[in-house]
Amino acid sequence: MKEIKNMTCIGCPMSCPLQLTIVDGEIEEITGYSCKKGEEYARQEYTAPRRMVSTTVACSGGLWPRVPVKTAESIPKETVLAVVRELHRYKVKAPVQVGQIILENVAGTGVAVVATRSLPGSKSEGQETI
Amino acid sequence: MNNPLKKQYDVVIVGGGPAGLAAALGARKSGAENILIIEREVEAGGILNQCIHSGFGLHYFKEELTGPEYAERFVAHALSENITMLTDSYVIDISPALQVAVLSGRHGYLNVQARAVVLAMGCRERTRGAIRTPGFRPAGVMTAGLAQKMVNMKGVLPGRKIAILGSGDIGLIMARRLALEGCEVVSVYEIFPYSNGLTRNVVQCLDDFDIPLQLSATVAFIHGRDRVNRLTIAPVDAQRLPDLNKSWDVDCDTLLFSIGLIPENELSTKLRLHMDPATGGPQVNSTLETSLPGVFACGNVLHVHDIVDFVSEESLRAGQFAADLALGRRRPGDNIALQKGANIASCVPHSLSPDREQVIYLRVKQPMKNCILSIGDRYQKKFRMLIPAEMIRLTLAPEVLDRYFGDNLKIEVRPQEVE
Ligand SMILES: Cc1cc2nc3c(=O)[nH]c(=O)nc-3n(C[C@H](O)[C@H](O)[C@H](O)COP(=O)(O)OP(=O)(O)OC[C@H]3O[C@@H](n4cnc5c(N)ncnc54)[C@H](O)[C@@H]3O)c2cc1C
Ligand code: SF4
Repeated sequence: MKEIKNMTCIGCPMSCPLQLTIVDGEIEEITGYSCKKGEEYARQEYTAPRRMVSTTVACSGGLWPRVPVKTAESIPKETVLAVVRELHRYKVKAPVQVGQIILENVAGTGVAVVATRSLPGSKSEGQETI
Repeated sequence: MNNPLKKQYDVVIVGGGPAGLAAALGARKSGAENILIIEREVEAGGILNQCIHSGFGLHYFKEELTGPEYAERFVAHALSENITMLTDSYVIDISPALQVAVLSGRHGYLNVQARAVVLAMGCRERTRGAIRTPGFRPAGVMTAGLAQKMVNMKGVLPGRKIAILGSGDIGLIMARRLALEGCEVVSVYEIFPYSNGLTRNVVQCLDDFDIPLQLSATVAFIHGRDRVNRLTIAPVDAQRLPDLNKSWDVDCDTLLFSIGLIPENELSTKLRLHMDPATGGPQVNSTLETSLPGVFACGNVLHVHDIVDFVSEESLRAGQFAADLALGRRRPGDNIALQKGANIASCVPHSLSPDREQVIYLRVKQPMKNCILSIGDRYQKKFRMLIPAEMIRLTLAPEVLDRYFGDNLKIEVRPQEVE
């Protein structure tokens, strides 16, 4: 079975239109790229697309009611929704430190979720101010 | 440690976003003693605090950070340099003698005297009023950035069934964000025949979530008395006028506008600074000083940047020059006016000086492939592709302008001659 898949390279503003010829699920040919980055992107995106996920987690007792978080590394694209759903059910307590691990092995991906800011308690002073 | 508030500062910085923070660090680097940042929000960091996605810092920190991470690094650095931050405080006026009037949550009304002022107020989003979208005025119509603050900082969803007008990066990023939060994102509408956002965002924010992007279409009418319940969408012609005969209706409970940013220059216009209509910000010389001596500008209040790394770089320099002036170090004035030529939409600064390295930021008017950017007969650079959405940064070594005796230089972008 032969099929054609179209993609747009995200590597730079040229936005080259990429065309993949797929035979029995295997890449036979990639065309349309103007540099190697485009070819690599097409291969990766077809065989094992990955994404970084950033969202927020509920946080009690902090300056804000949510603390922003991200996956420490990219995760397989098909697990994105499961990861976000698991984080929706999760709640932490302030204070939180930037880089602190919020959840290990989120949704069975083997990847940790970390806080992307420090959130002081609502009563303590946020930054040194006058 | 808590710094008591002084009556006088070497450098007063208006706005504690990435621009203000970097300006403070630049001023410290140049030897200024007393530096004050005034920020109207309860914490410094500016718009970055709500931009929880990654994509910041690749140039500056050589790693990909989220907005809050980028901001926190700068805040921590500023605090370690013992820079005073007055938060929850709004600058309401600056006098030509550089008296800065502040309304502060904790201190009430107060005045501080500055030797130099750095404007770093950032920008705000254009609203429905800017493009005069017809229809009712129901709840549920807001800018994408406001929705971003609601969702990411307060944990409140703006609605359940969302339509977005404008395909700039903020609109695209909000489409993904709301889809992840379980909202239904009906469509993104764009009046131009192409998206104004990065391809990466079109792919990862729309395509990944099967959100349709409707090009050459706009919102022609907003329906609903208390809350938006329906939009009339119309295709537009080559003049970008909606064709109501071909329009259709779409149900939704929220409409987000992502139709561009405007520098927040109320203080600048009150000060009667010379403004540049192309950038919406003040005119500045090569030290980022405005038409009023002692007043400098940097970041989004000067011109809308698309990446924060450039904001930090520019603002570090603005802070250094502001400190130089505050400390009485004189430098020769600029002697070369920079003029816009073919296919240049905007450029900053507006004049150059041959006494040191010059940094120029510019945008083109039209997308152009295989072109040459030139500055008079002094400088040429080839580009494979230039697009209006991407700001270009150039640095000119001092030798480039050495022994140039003209009083102006024209900057232009032309197609490469085909041999
Ligand atoms: C919604 C949005 C999304 C973005 N996404 C990205 C991205 O993905 N990647 C990227 O690299 N860049 C992004 N940017 C751009 C980047 O964040 C900005 O270029 C950068 O934040 C500009 O910094 P700034 O300090 O000039 O402005 P701001 O961050 O806006 O800071 C200005 C500060 O000044 C304060 N202020 C204003 N007026 C006064 C006053 N009168 N008195 C006291 N304080 C005042 C404001 O409260 C604010 O804190 C985005 C911008 C926006 C608006
Ligand atoms: S293939 Fe190369 S030139 Fe084309 S968009 Fe990708 S990175 Fe840019």
